Amino acid sequence: MDFEFTEEQRLLKESVDRFITAEYGFEQRKQYAKERDGWSRAVWRRFAELGLLGLPFSETHGGFGRGPVELMIVMEAFGRALVLEPYFSTIVLGSKALGRALSSDLQASLIPQIVAGEMTLGFAWMERQSRYNHADIKTTAKKDGSGWRLSGEKTLVSHGDSADKLIVTARVGGAQRDREGIGVFLVDAKAEGVERRGYPTQDGLRAAEIAFNNVRLDDIDLLAAPEQGYAFVAEMIDAATAALCAEAVGVMSVMQETTVEYLKTRQQFGRPIGQFQVLQHRAVDMLIALEQARSMAIYATMMVEEENPTERRRAMCAAKAQIGRSGRKIGEEAIQLHGGIGMTMEYKVGHYFKRMTMLDRQFGDAEFHIAALADMGGLISA
Amino acid sequence: MDLSFTPEELAFREKARQFFRTEIPQAIRDKVAEGRHLSRDDIVTAHRIMNAHGWAVPHWPREWGGQDWSPVQIYFYQDEMQQACVPPPLPFNVNMVGPVIAAFGNEAQKNYFLPKIANIDLWFCQGFSEPGAGSDLASLRTSAKRVNGYYVVNGQKTWTTLAQYADWIFCLVRTDPSAKKQEGISFLLIDMKSPGITVRPIQTIDGGREINEVFFDDVKVPVENLVGEENKGWDYAKFLLSNERTGIARVGISKERIRRIKQLAAAERIGDIPLIEDRRFREKLVAVEIELKALEMTQLRIVAAERNRPKGKPDPASSILKIKGSEIQQATTELLMDVVGPYVLPYREEREDGWNEPPIGPDYAAAAAPTYFNWRKISIYGGSNEIQRNIIAKAILGL
Repeated sequence: MDFEFTEEQRLLKESVDRFITAEYGFEQRKQYAKERDGWSRAVWRRFAELGLLGLPFSETHGGFGRGPVELMIVMEAFGRALVLEPYFSTIVLGSKALGRALSSDLQASLIPQIVAGEMTLGFAWMERQSRYNHADIKTTAKKDGSGWRLSGEKTLVSHGDSADKLIVTARVGGAQRDREGIGVFLVDAKAEGVERRGYPTQDGLRAAEIAFNNVRLDDIDLLAAPEQGYAFVAEMIDAATAALCAEAVGVMSVMQETTVEYLKTRQQFGRPIGQFQVLQHRAVDMLIALEQARSMAIYATMMVEEENPTERRRAMCAAKAQIGRSGRKIGEEAIQLHGGIGMTMEYKVGHYFKRMTMLDRQFGDAEFHIAALADMGGLISA
Repeated sequence: MDLSFTPEELAFREKARQFFRTEIPQAIRDKVAEGRHLSRDDIVTAHRIMNAHGWAVPHWPREWGGQDWSPVQIYFYQDEMQQACVPPPLPFNVNMVGPVIAAFGNEAQKNYFLPKIANIDLWFCQGFSEPGAGSDLASLRTSAKRVNGYYVVNGQKTWTTLAQYADWIFCLVRTDPSAKKQEGISFLLIDMKSPGITVRPIQTIDGGREINEVFFDDVKVPVENLVGEENKGWDYAKFLLSNERTGIARVGISKERIRRIKQLAAAERIGDIPLIEDRRFREKLVAVEIELKALEMTQLRIVAAERNRPKGKPDPASSILKIKGSEIQQATTELLMDVVGPYVLPYREEREDGWNEPPIGPDYAAAAAPTYFNWRKISIYGGSNEIQRNIIAKAILGL
C-alpha cells in the first residue's frame, strides 16, 4: 500500500501545476472563455506540447500509455484552475472509447490527430428521457447496405458544439431500456444530417443539443459491437467518473483553501474572523469533507482498472456519491463563510461553487449513486 | 500509488484473522457482537490470551514485549481484532500508562509494572478528568503535597471507567499550586487499596455502571510512585493522549456492525418485504457505508504517511479519524435501533451475570437502545469532537 507518486508522476504533477499557475490564472481563464469556442485553441496546443493529450493513448499511436493515476493528477490540477478546454470529453472519454475501438485502422488514423491537438471529441449519450441511465436510448442506427443510418436526438453533450467527432450511442436492437442492442458509433460532427445547437452551461463551459437526421455512417465507424455496447459505455463512464472525482477534488480544495485564507484576512469586530470558534469549526468540517472526498477519488482511481464490472461500479458509485455530498457541503459553506463577496461574479469562489454543482450532475448525482449502490447491496457483504 | 498489500502483509492479516477468531473464546466475542455487558473475567481472559501470544502490547518498545510492527501490520491487527468482535487489550494499561512508564519511568518502575500491565496482573484505571476539569484538563485541582517521603493526595477524579475493577489508578495531580496551570502537574501511580480512596459508581443513561467517581482523602502515596519528574506530568499526559491515534477511527467495529445490521435487516420484515429491501432504509445504510469506506481510505493514507513522520509525533489529521469515526459509529447504533423498531422499548436492568429472563421481542433487540445511548460517549471522551476541531483548526488550518 502506497499513496505516493512515482518520480515520473511527480514530474508530471509539477509540470501541470506549473502550467496552471503561469498560464491559467482566474483572469486568464476569463479571456479564454471569450474565445469563439468558449475555450482556447492556443491552450489546447500547449496541452499537446506538454504531452497531456497523449497521456492515456497507447505508444503505438503516439501516446504515452499512462493510466488512471496520471489522469487523476491532470484532472485535479484542471479542477483547481477550472479548465475550460475539452480535455475530459476528448482525452478521458476518448481514450477509453477509441483505445478499444473495433477497427485498428480507425485508431491509427484518429488517435495521432487527437494527440497532436488537431481533433476534439464529444460524447453524445444522454437523451431527454434518459436522465443518468445510459441504456435508455431512443436514437436508432439501422443497417443500410455497407453502413448505417443514424437518427435521433442527444442532449447536454459537453463541448458538443466545438467537437470534430462525436461518440454516439444508438439502439441497433432491443427495446428502449434494454442493455442489449446498444451500438457505439463515431460520427463526424459536420456530416450531412447533423444539427448542433451550442450553448453555455452554468459553470462557464459549453454544451450542445444534437440532432441526427438519417446520418450516413460506415461500418468502420462502429466502435463497439451491439453485444458489447453496454459494457463498453459502462467502462467509459466508470473511467470518466474517476476522472471527474479527481477534478472535483481540485475544485473543492481551492474552495477550502480560499475560505481558510479569507478567514485569516477578513477583519470584523477588530480581529480576523477566523478567530471565532463557530467559523473555525465550520472550516474544519469543510476540511474533513475534502479529505473524505480525496480518499474516495483515490479509491475510484485505483478501481478504474478493476476487471469485475460490478465491483468497479460499486466503487464508482460510492466515490461519486461522496464527491457529490462533500462538494455540496464545501461549496455552500465556502459561499456562506465568505459572506457577500462570495455571491459576486467578480470573485472566484462562486465560479468554483458553480462548477462543483455541475460536476455533481455529470454521470449521476449523489442521490442517484446512493440508490444505485443500494440496489447492488452496498459495499459490505452481510 | 498502489492500493494492494504485499504478500507478507496479507499473510499477516490472515494470521491475525485466524488468531482472533480461533483463540479468543466465541462466548466473549458473541457478547461484544451483541452489545452485551462484559465481565471483568471476560476482559482479563481475552487480554491474557493475546499477551500469551505477544499480541497485547505490540506497539511497546521491543524489550518490554513490543513487536516492531509496521504501521500496516498495526492497522491489520486492529482491524481484524475489531471485525472479530474481540475486546481490545485494556486500553488504560496498554495504550495509556504502559507507554508512559516505558518512556518516562525509572528502571524499578519499568521492571515492576510493565510485565504486570502487559498481562493485566494489575488493572489500571485513568485518573485525569475532574468535576471542574473536563475539556480544560489542565485546570485540575486534585493536590499532592510532599510530606516525609509521601505525597498526600486530596481531591476527586471523575468519569473513571471501570474503577470498580481496578487495582491501580494513574493520576494527574497538582504538585505546585503556584506554577502556571500546565506546569504544576505530576503523574502519580496510586494503589486503589490505599486508605482514603472511595469509589462511587455513576450510572450512565443506558443503565450501565462502567464509570465512577474516585475520591481521595489524605491518601498517602510513596514518592517512588511518581513517574518521571515532578511537575512534568502535563508533558506525559500529552504523550499518552497522542498514542495509538490511528486506531481511533475504529473502522473494523463499524464494518462488523454494518454486517450485523444487514443480517438482522434481512430477517426483519416490514409489510411483505425484508427491511433490507426497503428503499429508505437501504439508502440510509449505504450512505453510512460510503462514509465508512472513505474513512478507511483516509485512515490508510494517514497510516501510510506515518512512515515519514518522526516517532511519537502524531499527525493532527488523526483528529479527523476521531471525529468521523465516532460519527459513523454513532450512525450505526441509530441504524441498529431502526432495525429493531418498536422492540427497543423494554428496559432490562444490567446484571453482572447477564440476563436470565426470557427476552421480550427478538433476542437481539435488548441491546439496541442501551448501545445507542451508551455510544453517545464516543464523541465526548478522549477529547470531545469539539476539542478535536479546535486541534485541527489550530494545527492544520492555522486559524
